[in-house]
Amino acid sequence: MFKITNDQMPKLLKAIAETKDLFLPINNNGVTNFGFYKEDCTPDLDTLRTVKSAKDAFFPQSEGLYAVTTEDGKFTISEEEYCNKDFVVFGVRPCDVRSFVVLDKVFLSDPVDTYYAARREHGIVVSLACHQPDESCFCATFDIDAAEPEADVAMWNIEGGYAWEAKTEKGQALTESIKALLEEADVAKEVETEKNCIRTILSVLPNSKLDVSAFGAGKTDDLFNSPMWTELSNACLGCGTCTFSCPTCQCYDIKDFNTGHGVSRYRCWDSCMYHDFTLCAHGTNRQTQMQRFRQRFMHKLVYFPDREGMFSCVGCGRCVDKCPQSLNIVKVIKRMGGNSNV
Amino acid sequence: MQAELIARAKALLADGTVARVLGWRKGDTDFNAEPAVFETAESLDEFVYDGFCGANLSKYMIKNSKLEGKTLVFLKPCDTYSFNQLIKENRINRDNTYIIAVGCYGKLDINKIKAAGNKAILSVAEEGATLKIHTAYGDAEMAREEAVLDRCKVCKGGKHVVYDELASFVDEEKPAAEGRFDEVKKLEAMKPEERFAFWQGELSRCIRCNACRNVCPACSCIKCIFDNNNYDAAQKVNTSSFEEQMFHIIRAWHVAGRCTDCGECSRVCPENIPLHLLNRKFISDINEFYGEFQAGEDTTSRAPLTNFTTDDVEPSIVKERG
Repeated sequence: MFKITNDQMPKLLKAIAETKDLFLPINNNGVTNFGFYKEDCTPDLDTLRTVKSAKDAFFPQSEGLYAVTTEDGKFTISEEEYCNKDFVVFGVRPCDVRSFVVLDKVFLSDPVDTYYAARREHGIVVSLACHQPDESCFCATFDIDAAEPEADVAMWNIEGGYAWEAKTEKGQALTESIKALLEEADVAKEVETEKNCIRTILSVLPNSKLDVSAFGAGKTDDLFNSPMWTELSNACLGCGTCTFSCPTCQCYDIKDFNTGHGVSRYRCWDSCMYHDFTLCAHGTNRQTQMQRFRQRFMHKLVYFPDREGMFSCVGCGRCVDKCPQSLNIVKVIKRMGGNSNV
Repeated sequence: MQAELIARAKALLADGTVARVLGWRKGDTDFNAEPAVFETAESLDEFVYDGFCGANLSKYMIKNSKLEGKTLVFLKPCDTYSFNQLIKENRINRDNTYIIAVGCYGKLDINKIKAAGNKAILSVAEEGATLKIHTAYGDAEMAREEAVLDRCKVCKGGKHVVYDELASFVDEEKPAAEGRFDEVKKLEAMKPEERFAFWQGELSRCIRCNACRNVCPACSCIKCIFDNNNYDAAQKVNTSSFEEQMFHIIRAWHVAGRCTDCGECSRVCPENIPLHLLNRKFISDINEFYGEFQAGEDTTSRAPLTNFTTDDVEPSIVKERG
């Protein structure tokens, strides 16, 4: 195991960025989101949760597919290039790391999403254990251990800096490339202390391990027609805050942008909360906000387990913090399932 | 005060005055109450009214005032301006509503409590001017006034401009706060390049979740232009930095003269963009050009931007003023 001191961290980030694109939490005017490293950016490894998740690294909110341009009556089609260069996603929390497993189930199953696959192949994930979990964290509900990142490299906060441990071949290669900045150190004990701290805090948080036994594969008939959906969705504004801050929401739309002398065809995140989500010529997509609201939670807690054998929520708590009207998946789980931590 | 409101709601339901009650339901924490409709006396046991009931319920009345029977709604002073404006725009059927005006001492912003360094908050208790915060990492105290929403710092005052009855704890005489336009003045004092950089920095965080639009009482179009797939304006993502500005600036123009400055846009923005400043700039300009005007103050007067008088400023004022 290695140690990187707080002083050395800016140098480490710079060193990584010299050879690879580096995607990490950056503070912009008091708000932290993942973004690409620039010399003058303000990296922020202290904020527990970025507003948007790390999902953009592999499945960006918007990506070009191809562009059509016209000139002298002829038109040219130019395709977007696939990701072909290694890049590092740094400071990803364990919940977000698990979200990549959820996204893989969708995008790497047949037919493989080639844009996503190229990014996954080239992406190196450096995860940071959750030094101070928050009250809206409920990752343990989905068997995620906030103290034990499952990534290419795992990091833990320790006195004066961070412990660094490569977990995969990709992680080892990255470690080799920046070895000069790492200090070989016997920090196993400190890491153990940090893990215990994290787990102790999680054990006293009210929602850290919710009872989700009412949900899962095969529960459609029990839940679909519940009168609770109307009550739970009544205040829903139909905005996309939950969807766009969610690390596992994977639905997208493909749209054209009229550039004036051509068309850019791009793919962008869509939200099942929007009225025109999956609108087709027949015009009978989900017509009410209750139906849209129900879809979001049934998808994560029932349909996804039906198809993929796992929940597609990782308990990051972003939607809990960010819903404008304080509706969220924890309330859904508690009201339709069990109230107690298990 | 909560017990009083529950008792009144139960009485109005019981005697048939109203068919349902629009209020706030207790959350699973002290700080995430949600807007909710109550139809039975038993369900009202979950009703809550405290410092975290910031949501403006006026816009929900567009839907509820069209239902059979009257809907009882609880409105804070600033919410009543939104409500009145919606009456003026024929969005709410006033005859089908019953308003209990509730007092407000400034609503709390959990993000400010967190920004003060409180993590893993297990409970927040209001004790007079102090907040007692219990967290998994220890206990803390904070002055209440440091934790109020930005909009409450420039409170319009305690007066309700529309209601059927007043709760006992209202303070209709509470004066408006000073300095409502201070932030606007700061922006006006910037050089154009600085101002552009300021908005670019803020708006570049926009994720186009539409929370600002969907919560806005002035945004009551049945179908927004930005959702209409027949036009190129309908994009689900910012396709360029121009696009992100266009969405917000067009929205600000569209609500100009109708925005009551309720501040919901900035309260709900997940990226903490001070969207209310765009609207407040318009309000400041309207005041300057046409005399003091507060949208939603009444339901009948003509608003400056939809009225014409021979004293109106000429469009050239924009150029002359710089």
